[in-house]
Amino acid sequence: MSSALVFAWSGVLLFGLGLFGFIAHRHLLRRLLAFNIMGSGSFLVLIGLAQDGRGVDHVPHAMVITGIVVAVASTALALVVFRRWYRASGRTDLPEDT
Amino acid sequence: MIGLWSVPLLFALPLALGILSLLVTPAWRPRLIFVGLPLLAVASFDVLARLVVEGPRIYELGGWQAPLGINLVVDGLAVGMILMTTLVASLCALYARVYLRDYPPSSSFFWPLLWLLWAGMNGIWLAEDIFNLYVGLEVMGLAAVGMVALRATPQALAAAMRYLLAALLGSLAYLLGVALLYATYGTLSMAGLHEAAAPNVTTHVALALIILGLLLKTALFPLHAWLPPAHGGALTPVSALLSALVIKASFYILMRIWLVLGPEVTPIFTAQVLGVLGAGAVFYGGWMAWRQHHLKQLVAYSTVAQIGYLFLFFPLVTGTGPEAARLAWDGTLMMLVAHALAKAALFLSAGNLILAVGSTQISHLVGISRFRPMSLFSFGLAGVSLMGLPPSGGFTGKWLLLHSAILSGQWWWLIVLFLGGLLSAAYIFKVFRMSFREGPQIDRSVTPPLTLDVTALILASAAILIGLTAHLPLFWLRLGSAFGAG
Repeated sequence: MSSALVFAWSGVLLFGLGLFGFIAHRHLLRRLLAFNIMGSGSFLVLIGLAQDGRGVDHVPHAMVITGIVVAVASTALALVVFRRWYRASGRTDLPEDT
Repeated sequence: MIGLWSVPLLFALPLALGILSLLVTPAWRPRLIFVGLPLLAVASFDVLARLVVEGPRIYELGGWQAPLGINLVVDGLAVGMILMTTLVASLCALYARVYLRDYPPSSSFFWPLLWLLWAGMNGIWLAEDIFNLYVGLEVMGLAAVGMVALRATPQALAAAMRYLLAALLGSLAYLLGVALLYATYGTLSMAGLHEAAAPNVTTHVALALIILGLLLKTALFPLHAWLPPAHGGALTPVSALLSALVIKASFYILMRIWLVLGPEVTPIFTAQVLGVLGAGAVFYGGWMAWRQHHLKQLVAYSTVAQIGYLFLFFPLVTGTGPEAARLAWDGTLMMLVAHALAKAALFLSAGNLILAVGSTQISHLVGISRFRPMSLFSFGLAGVSLMGLPPSGGFTGKWLLLHSAILSGQWWWLIVLFLGGLLSAAYIFKVFRMSFREGPQIDRSVTPPLTLDVTALILASAAILIGLTAHLPLFWLRLGSAFGAG
């Protein structure tokens, strides 16, 4: 197995772990962390798989940098909404989820 | 040389206005629309004029070549969506300027979010590569979540959180699909994928991930649970924007990618499954809309139902003859545009009715027809298009889909079209029955400002007019597509 495939499979594993956490957990902070792990997984696939047999490719680098910016922005927004929701309701999960 | 500017202006201008409106005082935020709306209208019509005169083309941003530069596609479909966005978003903005006066100053954050949403949507319509579609999807999605949270009540915050989680999950699935496609073909551009795409396992896994992600974002049944609280609970102009435009963006991406990958790659089985889910959405959404007690929840469930019709596109275009496929393309786009206009009108006029009676309950609308005939008229005109009665855009769209289903021998979709129309009639008339009933409950109503009624009426009339003059817009939408301009 080439190193590119090791990266890609690790990415898939991380994505799967994150997805499991995202679905299994009810605490919004945990779900947010799980989302970030899923994000890292897909970035790893993006970087790892694209290097396979083609040498260094800069396009996925640019894409992952953009993706990280998007993930940071989404996480920040989610944290703000979560904090407002916690202040308004005193809950750490969403109502129908219990 | 002006024409060269108008393409990037379509998303650079809203982006700039979004940042500018964060810098000015809340009182000045709404006034920026008097600069932004005319400029965007001019840019949109300039792009249309160039499309008609010079034909479809690829625009290289800043003269840089892909993959380092960003390519923009200026074909009939993109320009049609841009014009639809300009019309609906402009009228919603005019509506919001009056509507938001009754809300606390914090609601003026609507304006920066509106511009960012607009920039994201125009970015999606114009994107020629699947990664910029992702970026546009995120810009639009985050702005939309902010808009849902604007009301800052616990319900609104919960709806925003739920929407955000669904949107995040959807975009990650899409991104993983993009990663797999790039790893397989080494290209992100749609033209490149169109040439290279071959049926293999990686492509099918990527397609499945992309479909799942976009279905979640489009809120297709059974992934629709986040939509009714988010669309039904938001401020009225926000509901209109989200239901009319935002969910169309993820459908648009799916439609483009489906056609780009071509009939060799896209399995007929998946197309049929998408059609069945669409049928489920039509029935379930219509049934749930009929059962609602709150007016805006009814309209929100109506969106769940109407999304279903759009997904009939996939079984009707995959593995069928060229004539059936062309009719499916025409019919779906007509349904899409007609729904955007009608649903915006329906939400805005529902907002007017709620303002008039001071209650969101449908049962409190008793006797409102005597006081607010104009609001009710807009609601009814939009309802005509949603039910698919002639001569509206909804009728033309369904008629074309019906012909496509008959031509391709898939008679079972006719049942969806007929029963779906009956269900829409049931929930629209539920509102009408209440409004025409004479009862003791109210003997006066608040008169909403004229702007609110006029913007709703313009949108509702546009939903009817697009059906009467369907030939020309459909001809333009076909420019540069696989379905020719014939």
